Amino acid sequence: MAELDIDAIAGQAWGGGVAPFATNTKKLGMWLFLLSDSLTFSTAILAYAYVRLASSNWPRPFEISPAILNATFLTFILLSSSLTMVMAVAAAHRNEVRKAVMYILFTAVGGIAFVVLHLMEWFRLFNEGVTPWANKWGDPLFGGTFFGLTGLHMLHVSIGVIYLCIIAIGFGRGKFNSDHVEVSGLYWHFVDLVWMFIFPMVYLMSVNLKG
Amino acid sequence: MSAHEATAIETHHGPTKKLFMWVWFWLLVLTGVEVFLAYLRLEPHLMLTLLVGLSLIKSALIVAYFMHLRFEKIGLFLIVVPTLVFCLIMILIFVFPDSLRIARLHL
Repeated sequence: MAELDIDAIAGQAWGGGVAPFATNTKKLGMWLFLLSDSLTFSTAILAYAYVRLASSNWPRPFEISPAILNATFLTFILLSSSLTMVMAVAAAHRNEVRKAVMYILFTAVGGIAFVVLHLMEWFRLFNEGVTPWANKWGDPLFGGTFFGLTGLHMLHVSIGVIYLCIIAIGFGRGKFNSDHVEVSGLYWHFVDLVWMFIFPMVYLMSVNLKG
Repeated sequence: MSAHEATAIETHHGPTKKLFMWVWFWLLVLTGVEVFLAYLRLEPHLMLTLLVGLSLIKSALIVAYFMHLRFEKIGLFLIVVPTLVFCLIMILIFVFPDSLRIARLHL
């Protein structure tokens, strides 16, 4: 059998070579997963918008303080954790293992802080009698969409924290290479990106107009 | 992966630390603008348009710089972004007329 000239094939972007996108399969796989996941979130946000438009007494319960300020702080945490993740990927590519692991763990701590603060907000709302099926302000579906959207996002953050910890341990022990770190970074930035839509749609569009 | 490709990937010069700090800074500024808009209490139609616009800018910054897409081969961009836009149009096409109701509603 004649040997394939891999270089010649891969040189053509659409030639079906081993690396037509000049990237590894893990990264391409993650991009495709994120593409499908962004459709999941898009449809969830769209369903929320649709339900909200169909409702005649949709509540706008969030006061600037504490709800909006708390959510703004959550945004700050997520953006900063994205920054440390970028630093982790850069350090990993330079083969600075200790530094990379440290930055990944910073990122994971940011994720944990996000989940803890967000859960505290959830429990404050539970105490006010807001549940996925009832609230004192208006349309009961408000809780369903609020906890559904933020819960789906929080699930992603929690999975991201576990993922990052596994990557940190594996990279620290030399089992994983810098590509693994980069791919986990893609996932983390995506979780950050989704929040950039949930924050304005769920919180800022529900600012209490009387408060 | 051949040695030739490995060098090709390495010579894709990525962004610097300073650039990442700037992107982070601008993302925070845009977030601040969004919160300020909420404080102003604009009417829902205008508010939603501005917020979606700002969110799209923010997500573009994240995808381009943090997720490194600007520095990848154009092929990767072409399989991800146009696909997403097309799928979203297909999803939105059936509900779009209803979205116009927002102009007449007091939310």
